[in-house]
Amino acid sequence: MKILVCISHVPDTTSKINFTDGDSKFDTNGVQFVINPNDEFGLTRAMWFKEKQGATVDVVNVGGAETEPTLRKALAIGADTAIRVNTTAKDGFQVAKELAKVVKDGGYDLVIAGRESIDYNGAMVPGMLAELTNANFVTNCISLDVDGTTAKATREIDGGKETVTTSLPLVIGGQKGLVEESDLRIPNMRGIMMARKKPLTVLEPATAETETTTVKFEKPVPKGAVTLVDADNLDELVNLLHNEAKVI
Amino acid sequence: MSVLVYTESENGKFKKTALEVASYAKAVADQMGTTVTAIAVNAGDTSELEKYGVDKVLKVSNSALDTFNAKSYAAAIKQAAEKEGTKVVIVSQSADSKYLAPILAVGLQAGYASNVVEAPSSTSPFTVKRTAFTNKAFNITTIDTDVKVVGVSNNSFGLVETAASATTEDFSPVIPDSGVTVQSVDKATDKVTIADAEIVVSAGRGMKGPENWGMIEELAGVLGAATACSKPVSDLGWRPHGEHVGQTGKPVAANLYIAIGISGAIQHLAGINASKVKVVINTDPEAPFFKAADYGVVGDAFEVVPVLIEKLKAFKAANA
Ligand SMILES: Cc1cc2nc3c(=O)[nH]c(=O)nc-3n(C[C@H](O)[C@H](O)[C@H](O)COP(=O)(O)OP(=O)(O)OC[C@H]3O[C@@H](n4cnc5c(N)ncnc54)[C@H](O)[C@@H]3O)c2cc1C
Repeated sequence: MKILVCISHVPDTTSKINFTDGDSKFDTNGVQFVINPNDEFGLTRAMWFKEKQGATVDVVNVGGAETEPTLRKALAIGADTAIRVNTTAKDGFQVAKELAKVVKDGGYDLVIAGRESIDYNGAMVPGMLAELTNANFVTNCISLDVDGTTAKATREIDGGKETVTTSLPLVIGGQKGLVEESDLRIPNMRGIMMARKKPLTVLEPATAETETTTVKFEKPVPKGAVTLVDADNLDELVNLLHNEAKVI
Repeated sequence: MSVLVYTESENGKFKKTALEVASYAKAVADQMGTTVTAIAVNAGDTSELEKYGVDKVLKVSNSALDTFNAKSYAAAIKQAAEKEGTKVVIVSQSADSKYLAPILAVGLQAGYASNVVEAPSSTSPFTVKRTAFTNKAFNITTIDTDVKVVGVSNNSFGLVETAASATTEDFSPVIPDSGVTVQSVDKATDKVTIADAEIVVSAGRGMKGPENWGMIEELAGVLGAATACSKPVSDLGWRPHGEHVGQTGKPVAANLYIAIGISGAIQHLAGINASKVKVVINTDPEAPFFKAADYGVVGDAFEVVPVLIEKLKAFKAANA
C-alpha cells in the first residue's frame, strides 16, 4: 500500500497570534511551528500500517522552504520520503489542487490528512482533495483499518459515532482517536540522523489560482473583566444570566 | 439566481441550525436583491422554513438519502444549485455539512469560506468574516469565484424571523454511488448535542472522578444543555471522547458555556472562544479561566453546583 500523509505546518498551540503588514499577514516572529496535531495522529497511524501490514509512507506539504524542518520531523518519525510543493499556501482549494497533482502522479492508495489544520481551521483540503482525485472520503476519522482494498473507518458525528466501509483509493480526515495519544511518536536521535539522508523532493506548483483571498485579519475585541459573584449569592448569578446576559 | 440554502433535518424535523442558515440566506438574498430557495431532504413538513424567509422549497424524497452520505448529499445540492442558477450556496457547520461542503465546492467549482460568523459585509466583492487560529482571530475573506459556498458557524447568526410564503416543488436529483456505506450508527438520540446546543455545561478534572458527574448532568438537564468536558477528563475515560472540547476536541459556539473545575488552559479556551457568555466555577481564584470568563464564582463545585441547580429550578418554575 502506498500512503501519503499530508502535513500542515502550523503555529504551536500556545502561540501568541499577531499580525503584521497592516494586519494582512500572520506574524511568525517568535512562533514555533509544529506538525498539525490532527496530522500527527494520521502520521502515527500510517507508521502502524507500514510496520504491521507493509506500506510505504510519503509525507507532503504545500509551503515555502521554512516548512522543511516540519517535514524533516515527519521523516525522523519514520516517513520514507518527503515532498514539498514550493508555493505559499493561500487557500484550501489551491492546496487541494497542488496535493491532487502529487496524489495522481504518485498513484497513492491511501491519503491521510487531518480533519482540519489548527491555523485556518478550514476543514476543506481533505474533502476537496478526495473529490479532485476521485477517491472515497471519510472525515473526522477516529479509527481506520485496511484489508486489501477494503477499508473500515469510524468517524465522529454530532452526538455519537458512525462506522462505515469503503474502498481504496481513499482520503481520510483524521483526528484525535485515530491512534492512542500515548502512541504518538517523538523523533529519537537515530530517527533524526536518518531523516537527514532521506529524500526531500521540491516540486514547483502546478497552479497559482486561488478561489478566495484573505483581505485582512482582525483580533477579537478585548473582553472586559470578569464579574465575580459570591458563592453565597447565586441568586445574583441567575439574575445576571437572565437580565444582563439574556442567555437563560 | 436565488440564494440556495441546504436545510438539514433529522427524522423529518429541521435542525435549529437549518433555521439559522435559512435566516442567514435571507439576509444575503436581501443584500443581493434576490430570493431564497431551500433544499430539504426527506424532511416531511417544510412550512416552518417560511418563518425564516424561504421563498421556495425544493423537496427531495429519496430512500438513498435516508442515511447521511457526504457525496450523495453534495450531489443533490449541486444539482439544485445548477437548476436554480444559484450563485451563493449556504450550509451550516454541523459535522455533516462540514463533511459535504468541500465536495460540493469542487463540484460547483466554487470558492468555499468556512466558519463564517457574520452576514457578508459586501456581496460584490463577496466579503465574509470567518474565524481563524482556533478562534483567536478573524480572517476577512473574499470569495472570488462566480459561484460561492458559505459555511455559517452554528449559533453565530441566530434565528431571524421574517414571514414569507413559500412555494414547494418536488425535486429528484440523480444520486451517484456514494462509495461509502454506513454499517452502524451509535448515537444518543435523546441528548442535546454539543454542536446544536445553545447552552453547554462542561466540567474538568476538578470534578475528581466520573462518579461526580451526576450533578453536571442534572445542571445540564435543568438548562436543556449539552454536557462537555476538558481533554484530561476524556483521556482518563471519565467521559466519552465526543464530549471533549478544545483545540483537539470539539469546538463550542454556544450562547452560554458553563465551565466547572476547568483550569482554562489555552488549548481548552481555543475551542470555546466562539461561545458568547462564559461562566466559570473554580476553587482557584488564579485559574486562567477567570480571565476569559464573563461571570465567575470562586468556590467549590461540590458546594456551588447543587445550590445553583436549586436556584435555577426555582427560576424556571417562576418563569415557566
Ligand atoms: C497539543 C495540545 C492540545 C490540547 N488540546 C486540548 C483540548 O482540546 N481541550 C482541553 O480541554 N485541553 C487540551 N489540552 C490540555 C490542556 O493544556 C489542559 O491540560 C487541560 O485543558 C486541563 O484540563 P482541566 O482544566 O480539566 O484540568 P486541570 O488542569 O487539572 O484543572 C482542574 C481545575 O479544576 C479546579 N478545581 C479543582 N477542584 C475543584 C473543585 N472542587 N471545585 C471547583 N474547581 C476545582 C482547579 O482549580 C483547576 O483549575 C491540550 C494540550 C496540548 C499540549
